[in-house]
Amino acid sequence: MRIDQNSIQELQQNTGINVNRCYQCGKCTAGCLLADEMDYPPSLLMHMLQTKDEELMQTLLHSKTIWLCVSCQNCVTRCPMSIDIPQIMDYLREKSAEEHKINPKSRDIVAFHRAFLDSIKYTGRLYEIGLVAGYKARTFHLTQDVMLAPKMYSHGKLPLVPEMVKDKKGIKDIFRKTKNNPLNSPQEDLQQP
Amino acid sequence: MQDTQNSPFGGKGVIGFYPGCSLKGSSSDYSESVLAVAKAFDLELTEITDWNCCGATAAHNMNKELALSLSARILALAEKQGMEEVVVPCAACYNRLTVVQHELNKDAELKQRVVDIIEMPMSGNLQILNVMQMIDKYVAPRLEEKAITPFAHKVACYYGCLLVRPHDILKFDRLEDPQSMDILMKKSGAQPLDWAFKTECCGAGFSVSRTDVVAKLSGNIVKDAADRGAEAIIVACPMCQSNLDMRRPQINEYLRENINIPVLYITQAIGLAVGLSAKEVGLKKLFVPAQFA
Repeated sequence: MRIDQNSIQELQQNTGINVNRCYQCGKCTAGCLLADEMDYPPSLLMHMLQTKDEELMQTLLHSKTIWLCVSCQNCVTRCPMSIDIPQIMDYLREKSAEEHKINPKSRDIVAFHRAFLDSIKYTGRLYEIGLVAGYKARTFHLTQDVMLAPKMYSHGKLPLVPEMVKDKKGIKDIFRKTKNNPLNSPQEDLQQP
Repeated sequence: MQDTQNSPFGGKGVIGFYPGCSLKGSSSDYSESVLAVAKAFDLELTEITDWNCCGATAAHNMNKELALSLSARILALAEKQGMEEVVVPCAACYNRLTVVQHELNKDAELKQRVVDIIEMPMSGNLQILNVMQMIDKYVAPRLEEKAITPFAHKVACYYGCLLVRPHDILKFDRLEDPQSMDILMKKSGAQPLDWAFKTECCGAGFSVSRTDVVAKLSGNIVKDAADRGAEAIIVACPMCQSNLDMRRPQINEYLRENINIPVLYITQAIGLAVGLSAKEVGLKKLFVPAQFA
């Protein structure tokens, strides 16, 4: 156990959340629809942060939990102390990517986010065919949903030409100027197994 | 012609429309039905020129500043184009735009940083309306008289997560048992059912990366609606619709049942109630077919 308050303090400063306000009632975990998929359910995550143990912080940055949270807001809605756990998840995800600590088992989820942001970076709007192509290229799930695309097309739900923003430079500048942008670093920020 | 004195929107500035990416692609039926209903009630919506993606889940999961800036650019464009109100039918976009405007308004330093990034001024005074708020304000006052072919079916109104949460910021409806959609559907002639999954998550953005999770979460929603005798599930979010509708094969596989309740956007159901055709509200685009017209 290594008590080093820096990274927890940084979290609290960045999010404005005092993790000690949690009194471990467990309502967040009871309501969390992804809790049974997670390695550390939300209430345990809160308790790990409360210990101020740097090793546990590192464990969370490597966890599957942070990428499984879908930000549905059930936890904060039901929290008697209104602790914004989804915001803590956002903070931990960003830090995990920044420090190249993404859990390899969360690779597909992160690949989807990256393919999504890539698509916006180049066209300003999401292009669904580009998104899926980018996702498949990153994950090698080449045959997934191959039957879905023709059906979407025949139902008029899959335009073949991307929607484009005219001010492409404006969008690129936003991507360039937002610091610590994980997209600007090479994609290999996955933790080596 | 509208009497500008009595018209709820007479004399006001331009009412903006932010379709978002889904409505231009996989949820084009939502866009068609929103615009058709607006037209039927003489409501003119003006699309924000050169809008971009709000960043959705991907942006706020990966980079907070990027997420704030992408949404802020949209808000700034709407202001620049003289809009006071913007209708945002996609629940996820509505959530992002409202939360971002709120976060920037409460932190002047952060707002300045974002304004520098997008290189556009923004006051942060935009009224952002979700589809229910649009209907409530501009359609509901005349809905009952115009519902010439009432949507007389048992419906399960499914709100999802992002329309009502976080309540402190959105200040929209009740958190666990919201009513706004139920009330509007009742006015369209439907019988809204009491059920348990109104605001449970459908699996959201995991549709591609964790389809198994979506099958389970959406499966539980569809199952409860079926058990209560719903003839249709009514939604107001493209992500909810595509998960409950396009992922039905995976849902039925998970449930080991064959449930074929269609999933309609609220504007499709209301459109049918006020006499619009199935084609006008994009009903043919549903994967699980709906036989209401």
